[in-house]
Amino acid sequence: MTQDVNLKKNRLGWQPPPAFYALLGLAALLLVNWFCIPSFFEIQVRDGNFYGSLIDVFNRGAIGVLLAIGMTLVVATGGVDLSVGSVVAICGAVVAIVLTTTQFGIVVAIAAGLLAAVGAGAVNGILITWLRIEPIIATLVLMVSGRGIAKYIAGEQTVAVPPELASPTLDFLGNGHFLGLPFPITIAAVLFVVTLLVVRRTSVGLLVESVGANPSASRACGINDTVVKLTVYVFAGFCAGLAGIIDLANIGIADPTNAGALSELDAIFAVLVGGTALTGGRFSLTGAVIGALLLQTLMTTLYTWGVPSDVAPVPKAIVILLVCLLQSPTLRSWLERTLRGNRKMGSRQVEASS
Amino acid sequence: MSFIARGNLPLLATAAVLAALFGAASLCFDNFCSSYVISDLFSQNAFLGISALGMTVVILSGGIDLSVGAVIGFTTIFVATLITQCEFSPWLAWTVALIVGTVYGAAMGATIHFFKLPAFLVTLAGLFFARGMAFFVTQQSVQIRNDVHELVSGVAIPFGQTEIGFTTILFLVLLVTMACVSNFSTFGRAVLAIGGDEESATLMGLPVARTKVAVYAINGFCSALAGIAMTLYMDSGNPINAIGLELDVIAVVVIGGTLLSGGVGSFTGTLLGFLIYGTIYQITYFANVGSSIATIAIGALLLAFILLQQILAPR
Amino acid sequence: MPTLTKPILKIHNLRKQFPGVLALDGVDFELTAGEVHALMGENGAGKSTLIKVLTGVHPRDSGRVELDGQTIAPTSPSAAEGLGISTVFQEVNLIPRLSVAENILLGRQPKNAIGAIDWKTLYQMATQTLTRLGVELDVRKQLAEYSIAIAQMVAIARGIALDAKVLILDEPTSSLDEKEVTHLFTVMERLRNEGMAIVFVTHFLDQVYRISDRITVLRNGRLVGTWPTGELERLDLVEHMLGRKVPQLSAQRVGSAAVPSSKISAKPVVKAQGLGRRGSVHPFDLEIFPGEVVGLAGLLGSGRSEVGRLIFGFDSATTGTLEVGGNQVVNWSPRKAIDAGIAWCPEDRKLDGVIPQLSVRENIVLALQSARSIFHPLSRAKQNEIAQRYVAQLGIKTTSLETTVGTLSGGNQQKVLLARWLAMEPKLIILDEPTRGIDVGAKAEIENLVAELSAAGVAVLLISSELEDLARCCSRVVVLRDRRIVAALDPSSDLEQNALDESAIMKLIAHHND
Repeated sequence: MTQDVNLKKNRLGWQPPPAFYALLGLAALLLVNWFCIPSFFEIQVRDGNFYGSLIDVFNRGAIGVLLAIGMTLVVATGGVDLSVGSVVAICGAVVAIVLTTTQFGIVVAIAAGLLAAVGAGAVNGILITWLRIEPIIATLVLMVSGRGIAKYIAGEQTVAVPPELASPTLDFLGNGHFLGLPFPITIAAVLFVVTLLVVRRTSVGLLVESVGANPSASRACGINDTVVKLTVYVFAGFCAGLAGIIDLANIGIADPTNAGALSELDAIFAVLVGGTALTGGRFSLTGAVIGALLLQTLMTTLYTWGVPSDVAPVPKAIVILLVCLLQSPTLRSWLERTLRGNRKMGSRQVEASS
Repeated sequence: MSFIARGNLPLLATAAVLAALFGAASLCFDNFCSSYVISDLFSQNAFLGISALGMTVVILSGGIDLSVGAVIGFTTIFVATLITQCEFSPWLAWTVALIVGTVYGAAMGATIHFFKLPAFLVTLAGLFFARGMAFFVTQQSVQIRNDVHELVSGVAIPFGQTEIGFTTILFLVLLVTMACVSNFSTFGRAVLAIGGDEESATLMGLPVARTKVAVYAINGFCSALAGIAMTLYMDSGNPINAIGLELDVIAVVVIGGTLLSGGVGSFTGTLLGFLIYGTIYQITYFANVGSSIATIAIGALLLAFILLQQILAPR
Repeated sequence: MPTLTKPILKIHNLRKQFPGVLALDGVDFELTAGEVHALMGENGAGKSTLIKVLTGVHPRDSGRVELDGQTIAPTSPSAAEGLGISTVFQEVNLIPRLSVAENILLGRQPKNAIGAIDWKTLYQMATQTLTRLGVELDVRKQLAEYSIAIAQMVAIARGIALDAKVLILDEPTSSLDEKEVTHLFTVMERLRNEGMAIVFVTHFLDQVYRISDRITVLRNGRLVGTWPTGELERLDLVEHMLGRKVPQLSAQRVGSAAVPSSKISAKPVVKAQGLGRRGSVHPFDLEIFPGEVVGLAGLLGSGRSEVGRLIFGFDSATTGTLEVGGNQVVNWSPRKAIDAGIAWCPEDRKLDGVIPQLSVRENIVLALQSARSIFHPLSRAKQNEIAQRYVAQLGIKTTSLETTVGTLSGGNQQKVLLARWLAMEPKLIILDEPTRGIDVGAKAEIENLVAELSAAGVAVLLISSELEDLARCCSRVVVLRDRRIVAALDPSSDLEQNALDESAIMKLIAHHND
């Protein structure tokens, strides 16, 4: 009932862009690094390619960015996709198995992997739209069984793709350089730009926001929410597939147990911190990408400080919880009251039902 | 005919699935229907069963807790470290672990209720935190060598040609206790009412806030207890224990006929779900196929039961 | 029969202000033991707010509430229950998946010596309470297995088990059939005879006259008055509820609303035959011709909105046929209705109408955009042009086209909604309460717009509780009562009929044709 559009507007009438807080967080983190770890900003050039912590953030963050882009549209429709981590594993396993056990080559392998990922997204979409199962529950199923499926495809083990089979193409996808930058960055950047163009230059973005913000009114406008929702889950599957391919290409091993493990939370976090509310509606792809990069910067910073990678989830969880709390309507209205003191909340319209 | 009402159908389906699975396996494999297998069914998964009991309470109340695997993992290494490296008496270590688990659960429950945040999000963050803390304690496995510990883990009751171990007894005692609480206490009924319709429960004057926090606290307690059961079974603690277990636990509860949207379900159902889970793993072991088949089968069963619930849901 | 003794519940000068709306403005209300007191009023009258203040959902701003001579101020519905005020809402607040008995006694279950719930006693107590109401059923069964009527009986039983002195029934009969209503009334009579004070909120005039002892009417947050039921004529009651002004304006018609029958082409825009939806509106016939303004009159809950929803395809019909432009339609949906040139401004703007998070521009182009292929979007320039045109034409007050609609006033939100549909250039536009909650100036503008549309050959279906508006704008008015079309006022075809004015409509709303 109480749309927080009015709450966001502060006294000056200035409304921060959705990505504002993510950018602020990123800037703060970089500032800390500027003073504490000066080497963080060093960029070396070797063989015409760039190297350094910052490049590393973008390179390793590519997977998170891809997942965040898919997740943004899902969250914008008022849903959530918990299965992306499992889909990453499935896609990696499919590509690796096609490469190592058949003669079809890299193109077919990648196509098969993406097809599997898109299929997984379609399953989620069908459960949610046609069978009207809640998104959390529907995607939980694939989250549970997806790892089993990936393991089954991979034959109960991690599949190493030997260099002679891995074709230069796959290696290039994970470790190659384009314009001096690691190729995953290019993939993520291209997907981001293409998605942004499609979403904002066609009516897709408007339809997604409309369905997420008010499903009933959208239906009254003749919008087919089934198609819209199905599409975003398929797209999230596709993004997870791309992430799976990069993950495989990066390390040359398909690990059905650990590939993409817990990456769904990272993606949801990136979306939230990027200014898209879990309740759906207005979304910001740019914000989600910055959110994903913020998370990767945090991780890289922690590693640089010598925090073991296994312990890193602790600060991550704290940051995530803080961001969630800031989105909580209870805390927001409390903060609002505290900050405004005794000022009357004049602009807020509360509907008085008779 | 009243027993074959809508509400009982999932439970009947669960019982039928269990009978079919166990019957078919007994026909296919020699020695499947034996006291050894049945004893194994319980003792290998007792910790999962204990956790499933806690999860049943949470799901009955209309919530979900994704942090259980991480809390179990944390408890195993926490208890092992306290006993082995800090030389705590096991009794003290267990008490501390149970308190930590309960408080952790209560904190998550309070965050969910008072800040009106989605349960899956808060407990997902809880998962990260607990898993990270487990590695913070120690990064490798810690063995437990302690007389009291060995004494307790050795407690057993004869059963056929084999025996029932301590963790199984723990699971069964907890099962009976929680079933009684659910059926014969105002708290147990309030949990069901809140899961059925939180708004109505509030209007009916039930203590919603207190009950919801208590639900997550109980689940935290159960997770810690499950972690202790795991150390008793394995005589060690390890921060990587029980990764991904939350999904198995949720599957067991839902296959047991408890509605994921809350308000309907039973502990008997969870026991049946637990037995189906164990039987599927035993079958993959007897048939000598990979565990991935078991995971996929459980996922498929989970989907089937969610669909069944969807069809039976009142309009 | 009620003896008008000392009132058990006394409300004095109750005031409740919501931001922007004065929901209750100095309302007095008295309730005596052993009476059924009907509380009546249209949307926005303040009935719900009064009940919510009484049951502790909202705090009151000022005024006094006395129960049995004691001033009370409950802070929650359960606190009100504890004081003896029980409420049964239309959407019965019970737990469907628990047993009937538990629903009656939840929170106060009897316990045995060791503190465990004593199920045997619980079932006995529940059965006894229901027997007091003359209801017999298996209290061990899940509530979900019973009908909504039974659920209401159970909710009443819960109130009685709590020793309620005051029972508030908030639109209990809206979803009941005739037999169930009779049963409910039997129960109400039984309780009245036992000395229970009952507040009965309903829209159905017949039921008010069947069961109630006194009637209190609210309008726009103010008390209109309280009358013994026997002393209040039906027509007067409707007049009090709708608030008629002196009928001197009725001659002033807006624009050329009265379309001469010669101008009506033979082919209707829509033609409904036996169209109906179970539990919502009885089968009805309705034809709407181009350039016609057809009014739908009736009280709240009479089925007037439901007719609009069925024609637009927002609700699916369970019986009957609908022809649009001469072709019978199947699987009717908003999508198809929009493609066929039908537009719908819903009663609940916030729920089914505007999308508050989106901007004025986006809200205006939304229907237009969804009708086009996603790969042929309107360019931003075109969107701005369309939005700008309608913002200017309708006089929408907004700082920019990118302002979020949620921050606009009600009247401007309504205009944005109108702009959305006008941009579609519809053949038929359904306006459900287009003037509710908006200021007088905006109201006149919308009435003029209706006249302009009509002159341009667009058919308009105007649903309104403002009889004055209907009389002024419409070429013909169809009247609904108790979810049925009961009469039509059509000056062009029926010369013997009274003129199309407020009092004629009001008579039809109030009375049977006997």
